[in-house]
Amino acid sequence: MIISVASGKGGTGKTTVATNLCYSLGANVQILDCDVEEPNCHLFLNPEIQASKSFFTPVPQIDEDKCTYCKKCAEICRFKAIAVFGDTILTFPELCHSCGGCVLICPENAVTETGRLLGVVEKGSFDNINFVHGRLRVGEAMAPPLIKKVRSYAASDKINIIDAPPGTSCPVIAAVKEVDFVLMVTEPTPFGLHDLKLAVEAVKLIGIPCGLVINRSDIGNDDVRQYATQKQLPVLMEIPYDRSIAEIYSKGLLIAREIPEWKEKFNELYKKIERLVG
Amino acid sequence: MKELVILSGKGGTGKTSVTAAFASLAKNMVLCDADVDAADLHLIMAPEIRKTTDFFGGGIAVIDNDKCSECGQCIELCRFEAIKEGFIVDEIACEGCGVCVDFCPEQAIDFPTQKCGQWYLSDTRFGPMVHAKLGIAEENSGKLVTLVKNEAKKLAKEEKKDLVITDGPPGIGCPVIASFGNVDAALIITEPTVSGLHDMERVADLAAHFKVTGMVCVNKYDLNMEQTKQIENLTKKKNMYFLGKIPFDSAFTASMVQGKTFFEYNGDSKAKNEVRQIWNKIIALPVMNMK
Repeated sequence: MIISVASGKGGTGKTTVATNLCYSLGANVQILDCDVEEPNCHLFLNPEIQASKSFFTPVPQIDEDKCTYCKKCAEICRFKAIAVFGDTILTFPELCHSCGGCVLICPENAVTETGRLLGVVEKGSFDNINFVHGRLRVGEAMAPPLIKKVRSYAASDKINIIDAPPGTSCPVIAAVKEVDFVLMVTEPTPFGLHDLKLAVEAVKLIGIPCGLVINRSDIGNDDVRQYATQKQLPVLMEIPYDRSIAEIYSKGLLIAREIPEWKEKFNELYKKIERLVG
Repeated sequence: MKELVILSGKGGTGKTSVTAAFASLAKNMVLCDADVDAADLHLIMAPEIRKTTDFFGGGIAVIDNDKCSECGQCIELCRFEAIKEGFIVDEIACEGCGVCVDFCPEQAIDFPTQKCGQWYLSDTRFGPMVHAKLGIAEENSGKLVTLVKNEAKKLAKEEKKDLVITDGPPGIGCPVIASFGNVDAALIITEPTVSGLHDMERVADLAAHFKVTGMVCVNKYDLNMEQTKQIENLTKKKNMYFLGKIPFDSAFTASMVQGKTFFEYNGDSKAKNEVRQIWNKIIALPVMNMK
């Protein structure tokens, strides 16, 4: 089972839901923090990191002794990552999408590949729960390749909970593609609803069942609930705005540990998801 | 002319609400919404669209099955696993690199440019606004961010405005990197939580990487005084300006529900003074020099 926790709008409580769900299940579960730009799950779970691995993406390297400045590599590159002026060739590794076209096209075999550091994937555990997260290198633009690395740690015999990044573009797709269920966390405000609609459309596009968690459920207005009814999106849990919950979060603590009734509620949430996935 | 970008690292700290509040305080500015994949500023600004333009990203592979000899070269060369069984292109997986197009021995693969969003030039009650909508699940968000920012600058020049206020995206990846282009200063809005602090540090390091002047303000500071103190300390350590602390104020949500900026909202509010003072500090900064 793979469940992605996503949202559209940032700051609605994805990490709260992902970490508390994971903690409440307690066994046979692992968390994969795919919000590699701003990973936060470790701040709440305090895992002991046992392994750290750097990941690189291939980028071109030119052997100028072999290069005849024919420009074929620069012409084939759709991302403007190679430029040739007279007998000068420049590569812009940060623009490269690692397609390998330049290596294939070079008639002189002058293009080989070296690596650009994407970031690190760290693996650890706390209690009996496995923990994996990716940390994108500050200055690196492309999150999806590192998200795919984090996802490669998913275990088929476990419940895998993915904390997805906010938004609706390629990093989110990388974190929700081919999962069993998407749990959308939203808040009942105009911004929350607007971004929820976009995220629901994105998930529909790739055909994955989804359900809602409404966080700070007593602020704002009723439009999110009306939208859920209209789109037949099941509301699986509501978390009211409560200053004590906000304070627990601010300190990096888990509500399911501090307020035991929440542990039961998160277990119920999982049972509802299990029934929906079938 | 100056450009201020508003960022946060962590989502949901109040970037858009504060941007809207600044828009009602600033004089002679152009607004720019650079959070192109989950844009929200228009929900408060109610822009009247003057001009809509299609945004074209890169190409995407399309296989002509009549010409295809099913040799499998494209499947072998594609590093994005975008060509599925039956020689069908998975448009979401396709990176738009064109390798399959260039190396198909039958020249059976076409590479049409894709419309992947729209951008708008609009008027609001506070001044002109440039904003955009990226198509669902599209790539090229960085490219669209650069486009809206450039258009906002162009408009500011034409209409003799002296400031562009850009509402930025969350995170530190491609669209955020694009939003740093040619800005004079970045305001990081954070919140006093372990995640607010952690995420602010990463976006602050990114600002330093691009040599952009960083400023910090804490929203909902009274939620956790200890974390607020740590944010203040980190701001100093990173050589950024600490501009102030905004108390938790339900007027932010209440004004959003009404489609109003924080300063247009009539109800009680304890944060108005602080937000005004933060704005005054921004325009008085040497790098902005707008007083």
